[in-house]
Amino acid sequence: MSKIAAQFKDKKALITYISGGDPSLEMTEKLIYRLQEEGVDIIEIGIPFSDPLADGPVIQEASQRALKNGCTLKKLIEMLTDIKDKVKVPIVLMGYYNSVLNYGEKEFVEAIKKAGVSGVIIPDLPVDEKADLAYYLKEAALDQILLVTPNTSDERLKEISNSSSGFLYCVALLGTTGDARGPYPQLESYLKRVRKTAGDIPLGLGFGIDGPEKVKKFIDYPDGVIIGSALIKAITAGETETEKLENAGEFVRNIKKVLANYK
Amino acid sequence: MENQAIKMQRKTDLNKGYFSQFGGRFVPETLMPVLDELEAVYNHYKDDKEFKQELKSLLADYSGRPTSLYYAEQLSKHYGGAKIYLKREDLNHTGAHKINNTLGQILLAIKMGKQRIIAETGAGQHGVATATVAARFNLDCEIYMGAEDMERQALNVYKMEMLGAKVTEVNSGTQTLKDATNEAIRDWVRNVEDTHYIIGSVVGPHPYPVMVRDFQRIIGDECKKQIIAKEGRLPDYILACVGGGSNAMGIFFPFVDDKEVKMIGVEASGKGIDSGKHAATLSAGRVGVLHGSKSFLLQDEDGQIIPAYSISAGLDYPGVGPEHSHLKSIDRVEYHSATDLEAVKAFKLLSEKEGIIPALESSHALSYLEKLAPQLSEDEIIVVNLSGRGDKDINNFKKIKEAEKNV
Repeated sequence: MSKIAAQFKDKKALITYISGGDPSLEMTEKLIYRLQEEGVDIIEIGIPFSDPLADGPVIQEASQRALKNGCTLKKLIEMLTDIKDKVKVPIVLMGYYNSVLNYGEKEFVEAIKKAGVSGVIIPDLPVDEKADLAYYLKEAALDQILLVTPNTSDERLKEISNSSSGFLYCVALLGTTGDARGPYPQLESYLKRVRKTAGDIPLGLGFGIDGPEKVKKFIDYPDGVIIGSALIKAITAGETETEKLENAGEFVRNIKKVLANYK
Repeated sequence: MENQAIKMQRKTDLNKGYFSQFGGRFVPETLMPVLDELEAVYNHYKDDKEFKQELKSLLADYSGRPTSLYYAEQLSKHYGGAKIYLKREDLNHTGAHKINNTLGQILLAIKMGKQRIIAETGAGQHGVATATVAARFNLDCEIYMGAEDMERQALNVYKMEMLGAKVTEVNSGTQTLKDATNEAIRDWVRNVEDTHYIIGSVVGPHPYPVMVRDFQRIIGDECKKQIIAKEGRLPDYILACVGGGSNAMGIFFPFVDDKEVKMIGVEASGKGIDSGKHAATLSAGRVGVLHGSKSFLLQDEDGQIIPAYSISAGLDYPGVGPEHSHLKSIDRVEYHSATDLEAVKAFKLLSEKEGIIPALESSHALSYLEKLAPQLSEDEIIVVNLSGRGDKDINNFKKIKEAEKNV
């Protein structure tokens, strides 16, 4: 079992997303320690990209702040490499395919392996196109987490869940990240259908899950929840660094309180 | 073990929608089912007699096809070399070649039972062509347009609104065509069940590059018949401007196997490639992935997309259709570029010599005549695709005048 998959054992996992380098890599480093202390199970770190077409406004703006302050994929990987001994929680990099292609797929996998990263999520790299990267990730024993959506057919579901490792990212609605309309009205039947086809792989639910209320309402069906935009909003609302870190801590504690009641 | 990677790569290459290594489908999973549906519906109807007849009648009676192939005698005399013909796509309804594609796609949208149409637009020509067909077929229509382009092309914004479309201003990123495309894709992801996205160029995920090319190839098919009727042979050169590349693909494609026809795509080099302010993707870009397909791309060392620049909003795009990348890589088409000033000079020249005001986009293709035509003899033939007319650029006239002072 991979380090990522192990985080779903005997509990509902909390997966949080922050944008790398927003507003600085120093802040990202501090947020990683804080989220780890608060008991987050997996930390996703966004690779900032100029044209994040699967993301809503909150993550778009976070990405822009990071780029404005000079964050690059290379610098992000260097920072993670520097702090790897202090990070026990699995780190997943989430970013767009052009960033990886530009870095070099083989070189990217080698570099993130050295940085202690456990897996990647590339939302614009569907199962049909993932061949080369999948090969290098497998060689390096890193997870490639693929996404399914409410309109994914059973046939594709099967192919995607067979190719996904670590967990299966179940997009909660037809929409972009941080979409307040979520989740999908027929979430229960959607996730039951996924479960039936996907077998034992843990299911993570994300996109538009914005706080304890929604977590409470929908946590019965998946094995974990993924929260990004709402956490970034809370962090950004803080005026000082201490306030930002405290906001992150409070946000996580509120979600953990809900999750503690479930197994 | 490297062999395994190559084997897996080959599997990818066999996927539909690739032109050698270019193309593919790099989109969020949400869009994969609709792309499959669109591909299946398109493949079914493209050979369907009734569908073809319906599209043919619309192109003839609604848009005014065939467009003429005009011998530009005065322009030819001016350069004193080859015979120059203009393929008059500017004479289409709505003033450019864009309607060839929007008519085709809206018929498919109706076949798929979609209620709503969205599109991105740069110069506004594709937005107007989309709003036009949405009005004609009574579908809801929303057009995404960069805030900067809305200012540059205000006339087209009024037109779209007159036609009943909602024009949504895009303020993210560089506020131009690239960002309008991002917003249109995000809208599509949110409304995938009832909405069809009419992409305006030979870009985007499969099947768009193939489908848009097929709807635009009528330009080249007509041109071939017309030049044979007039001259009894094929042209020596075909020139077309390239932003995303739909008018160029449309006129080039039927001639790809006619090896004696040399084809030249002209990109916008803005203030000059060295200035960094340009849109010359094939001349100065590297292979990458944007808006769903792999192609040449303007990007920095970190893989961030570099904003494109051109005086012409329709060429102001940092990507290019994957089939152009393919045609470049196999050396079938040559790609050059023209600056703002060169385009403006050609814009003025055609207006004065032939009484035809060309779009600034098409003026980039025209400007290459200065380099090419005088080198050729009188019995050689050049066809330029005059992809659109310049009315929309008139309210840019002040900018054009200023640029002219420097010519």
